[in-house]
Amino acid sequence: MKHNKKKVEINGASNMPDMPASLGSMASNKTSSWRNLRPEIDESKCIKCFICWKFCPDAAIDFIDENTPPKINYDYCKGCGICAVECPTKCIEMVEE
Amino acid sequence: MGKVILGNHAVSYGVLVSRVQTIAAYPITPQTLIVERLSEMVADGELDAIFTKVESEHSALASTIGSSSVGARAFTATSSQGLALMHEMIHWTAGARLPIVLANVNRAMAPGWNIWTDQNDSLSCRDTGWMQVYCQNNQEVLDSIIMGYKVSEQVLLPTMVSLDAFVLSHTAENVDIPDVKLVDKYLPPYKPEIKMDIDDPRSFGALSSPDNYMEFRYKMQEAMDKAEDIIIKEGKEFERIFGRKYGMVEEYRTEGAEIILVVSATIASTARASIDSLRAKGIKIGLLRIRVFRPFPVKDIARVLLNKKKAIVIDRNISYGKSGIFFDEIKGAFYNIEGEKPKIFGYIAGLGGRDVTPEAISDMVNDAMRKDKPEKDIIWSGVKL
Repeated sequence: MKHNKKKVEINGASNMPDMPASLGSMASNKTSSWRNLRPEIDESKCIKCFICWKFCPDAAIDFIDENTPPKINYDYCKGCGICAVECPTKCIEMVEE
Repeated sequence: MGKVILGNHAVSYGVLVSRVQTIAAYPITPQTLIVERLSEMVADGELDAIFTKVESEHSALASTIGSSSVGARAFTATSSQGLALMHEMIHWTAGARLPIVLANVNRAMAPGWNIWTDQNDSLSCRDTGWMQVYCQNNQEVLDSIIMGYKVSEQVLLPTMVSLDAFVLSHTAENVDIPDVKLVDKYLPPYKPEIKMDIDDPRSFGALSSPDNYMEFRYKMQEAMDKAEDIIIKEGKEFERIFGRKYGMVEEYRTEGAEIILVVSATIASTARASIDSLRAKGIKIGLLRIRVFRPFPVKDIARVLLNKKKAIVIDRNISYGKSGIFFDEIKGAFYNIEGEKPKIFGYIAGLGGRDVTPEAISDMVNDAMRKDKPEKDIIWSGVKL
């Protein structure tokens, strides 16, 4: 039951941990597969207020530095659209996957 | 070291010598003295633990779950309404397989508002995956805390140690407080294989689909099966080191008995006196005390009760619409077992802290002796009609 970053296949009770804990980590569990709509930032309209970064409930928007628009982490973004609603300049568009 | 202490303080000392590392505290009568004494122990530097005051019992157990998840030996205590408020987290503790020990002072559920003893609070947690121990004196309370951690940390299921409100919680008895270095020999530090660790990140309590949820539950039952053997093994080891013997059940004067009285918790102490006086009158009667309710001691019950004429179960609890809970469990335990089964009489007594006196016990025994078989599943003892 040693933890590693690889995907772990479970066959049954005999090779499962006792508690419902992942054997790998979120590094292998990419939750972006849930997404129907993908947020895309129009960097030309972005005023770098970072309101989207603050509001993202999954911490799936990365802060680079104050002078760079934030970057969406598409491995974990579930496409909830909160960033698009909160953006004051409406520079985030939800695009169908 | 021998000391005259309350049952509640026996819990506190049990926690002290078990080197518990975190305590979450929310007050409720008649439990408060447990965490009050622990707060003093922590403040005085006697116990090296983090003492957290929380805003509810739900938070008390949630906080304890957090500490246990990172690998700490964690403790909390409650009673009655407080245990009920914890109920969501009670299920969570067992499902997360955390070896938490919780002391519950058995107190009746409201309304009517009542602070005295009965067992409906803890028995409402029957199907949650917690092991349950019912104590008969203050020494057993202290010892059960230590043994609770020893067993829980091996099977990864939590233990609820129950003591009767006031009859134990606020009654002083002479208790041997074992030396912490001696306890160290029995109870090594807790080192979980999987814990919350930022250097080894995992998700805990995450989604478990129909594809694997059932296997987690299968493993909980497997652990409960294993727990019975470990409780017996660790009881023997405890006796070797501390000289006091504990098992799943306790028998008193059962040799040659035709009738067995079955009780739990402090009614056992009173019942022993009743057995002595009934034996003196030539009645062949013995006592079986159920100490561990989960896992349920089916083997011991069958061993003691098979080929006896009658069993008399006294329940300080009730499952409305059915019967006394111990009575029901004992009756059910027999169904698929081969052998001559006794007639089983179920009495409800002592709800809401009404005293179960030696006279009341003798009345129940005499009533069962007069009858060939029980006419119904509930026989009320001492209810005013």
